[in-house]
Amino acid sequence: MSTIIAIIVLMTAIGLFFGLILAFANKKFAVEINPLIHMVEDILPKGQCGACGYAGCQAYAEAVVLDNKVSPNLCIPGKAEVAKKVAELTGKAVADVESKIASVRCANPISIAIKKYKYSGIKDCLAASIMHMGPKDCTYGCIGFGTCTKQCHFGAIKLNQNSLPVVDARKCTGCGKCASVCPKKIIQMIPAKSHVEVKCSSKDKGAIARKHCSVACIGCGICKKLCPYDAIRIENNLAIVDSSICIEKCEKSICLEKCPTGAIKNN
Amino acid sequence: MRDYFLLFMAAVVVNNFVLTRFLGLCVFFGVSKNLNASIGMGMAVTSVMTFSSVLAWTIYTFVLEPLNLPFLTTIVFVLLTASFVQLLEMVIKKYAPALYKLWGIYLVLIATNCIVLAVPLLNVQNQYSFFMSLVNAIGSGVGFALAIILLASLREKLRLAEVPKPLEGLGIAFILTGMLALSFFGFSGMIVL
Repeated sequence: MSTIIAIIVLMTAIGLFFGLILAFANKKFAVEINPLIHMVEDILPKGQCGACGYAGCQAYAEAVVLDNKVSPNLCIPGKAEVAKKVAELTGKAVADVESKIASVRCANPISIAIKKYKYSGIKDCLAASIMHMGPKDCTYGCIGFGTCTKQCHFGAIKLNQNSLPVVDARKCTGCGKCASVCPKKIIQMIPAKSHVEVKCSSKDKGAIARKHCSVACIGCGICKKLCPYDAIRIENNLAIVDSSICIEKCEKSICLEKCPTGAIKNN
Repeated sequence: MRDYFLLFMAAVVVNNFVLTRFLGLCVFFGVSKNLNASIGMGMAVTSVMTFSSVLAWTIYTFVLEPLNLPFLTTIVFVLLTASFVQLLEMVIKKYAPALYKLWGIYLVLIATNCIVLAVPLLNVQNQYSFFMSLVNAIGSGVGFALAIILLASLREKLRLAEVPKPLEGLGIAFILTGMLALSFFGFSGMIVL
């Protein structure tokens, strides 16, 4: 009997002791957290992609609430909707988010392209690109091991049957993770509304580019001459479309029809 | 001095909690995906274990033993480690926010980690003195850190390997742990306490 009483007394005493300590500590060591941070975090898409420049959604929520200078429209995957809600909660002015999309600037899949050597190492673009700039003859082209597809949190970029990455415009949030890992930098973020893009990244001179690949941009400048709005320029033997001019003015896309190699495509 | 050193080495390699006693495996697999997180976890476990063993030893020697209630050891220690981890979390959150950012998420995991309970229990079972318990706790923590850092480094390398589809993720981690455990069995019997 006395043992039972001892147990009850001891356990109650210890339980009370720790309970009181914790209760006391909870008050004494309470850290005030702005409830806004949680509310903002709940709105964010939680892809933890880091496109905002912070180490995840929570870090951004904290920064946007506590720091006046942090703009509410940094969440690219969230697009305008999230930016509006974040701005409402934090009382900051809403600025437009330009929704972006990843564009793969190579149209010559590794399975078809002319190769320098047969690569049989680690199936990773970065590893393959270390070996003589990759197995492809064209040193600017896609290596096709899908390092970009592994980075996508939203499942928006996949390799097609020819091992060329294809972006699903409906799923792509424009976070830019795929673009940041591509060792050849062939993935670029372009405004989602663009309707014309150059599907080539080769900076080789026309003749060399053509020798490597049948759909390369050879920098001939026909598109530049034909474009009535001067939206295309040639830099380093590569046509570059200025989408800010292109989206607003042109509906006809004459450049598409006249490109001799077909490197300019509809998005 | 020699005894303490032997006890320490025994706790780190010979009786490694994870690889020879298979304790604390959920945290071991959960936090071993990348190296930085595993280092944080290893340090957090070591420090929590050291403090809670000291506390547990004190309570056992000055409360449970004099009252002749050693059969309550397990339940009291569960209470003790859980509350202690909570308390530590609050204190760190308040006074060392930078440390909290590094360790915070792991501290909650430690509250339910069986190693943290096992070490004080074994200390009591083996009737270690205060300093022996301390050394054993630190050694066990270092042993856990060693095991989790080894596995995390291996798993980071594995990302580039082609693992058969059914074994991807946890499957291959279990196989790796088995191999690590086999190699740690090489130490068994080296130090007999």
